[in-house]
Amino acid sequence: MIVRIQGSGQYRLDDAAQSELASIDARLVAALERGAADEAHTLLGQAVSLVQTHGAALPDDALSPSDLILPPADASLDEISIPLHPAPTQAPSSQ
Amino acid sequence: MSGMFGRFTNIVKAKMHRAMSEAEDPAEMLDYSFEKQMEMLQKVRRGIAEVATSKARIQGQLARLMDQSGRLDGQARQALTLGREDLARTALARKQTIETQARALAAQVEDLEAQQNRLLDGEARLSAKIDAFRTHKEVMKAQYSAAQAQVRISETASGLSEEMGDVQLAMQRAQDKTEQMQARATALEELVGSAALPEIGPGSGDDIDRELARLSAGDDVERQLEAMKRALPGGPEAPKQLESGESSTHD
Repeated sequence: MIVRIQGSGQYRLDDAAQSELASIDARLVAALERGAADEAHTLLGQAVSLVQTHGAALPDDALSPSDLILPPADASLDEISIPLHPAPTQAPSSQ
Repeated sequence: MSGMFGRFTNIVKAKMHRAMSEAEDPAEMLDYSFEKQMEMLQKVRRGIAEVATSKARIQGQLARLMDQSGRLDGQARQALTLGREDLARTALARKQTIETQARALAAQVEDLEAQQNRLLDGEARLSAKIDAFRTHKEVMKAQYSAAQAQVRISETASGLSEEMGDVQLAMQRAQDKTEQMQARATALEELVGSAALPEIGPGSGDDIDRELARLSAGDDVERQLEAMKRALPGGPEAPKQLESGESSTHD
């Protein structure tokens, strides 16, 4: 699978790294559902560094389209248009 | 992948598609001309240069703000030696506002530097991909039937347009960020310049300076007044107390 990290180019990921990425993605979905912005950021950073360390960078002149695109690790949740979903049944937290 | 990254991928590809359809007629995709690709590359290079120029301007504004901050510190000291704590307080408050905001801006300038480097890398990738696309296109036309060549060139063209879209988005982000910072730096400079601080009253940029100048010129009415009061009988030592007044509260 070819993964692009926005602003950092493309990487080819093997199966093992792909399933690791999928697991981070699942945790990211859960974190966003809980409204845990900090955790979501940490997971995004983990995903980006997983791709950069375990993926093989494609040469500059490669012309393959990407299967998956990740935002840069320093993107804000707002910038990457991922809405936070705090659990609706949660009681208002104490101050 | 169907999670958050899959969703993000779809959003980005839709945005890239929109950005690219403005730049080119999809029918021309197969023979996307070298001139047009170079135009796009030139646009990216101009964008990178503009970001660099804006960054330099913001850095200049920051330097001036830090100068101001140093000046305000000096003013505060001078005000204190003249016994004007209120004026010193105003100068220090203004200095703190400037420093807090200038520090935040300086951190953003560093972020911008990182973005700028990524833009340069992106420009290099785009440039390499354009060269590769030109070569592949000709090779494919020669090697395959027209229909096969069309499919393969389409694939490579979408790889190229993905990179173009990515660089354009990165450029947009950098430009937006630069504009925001520019606006903040300018607003801060105006704040320093107009100094609409209520303690000072209707003053302009040099209100503290003018006040200090007035004081140092020996025009300190209050101090003279104070000195006069002291010289008068029944001076500040016991101006209001009446020795024969009510009895003390001591039991």
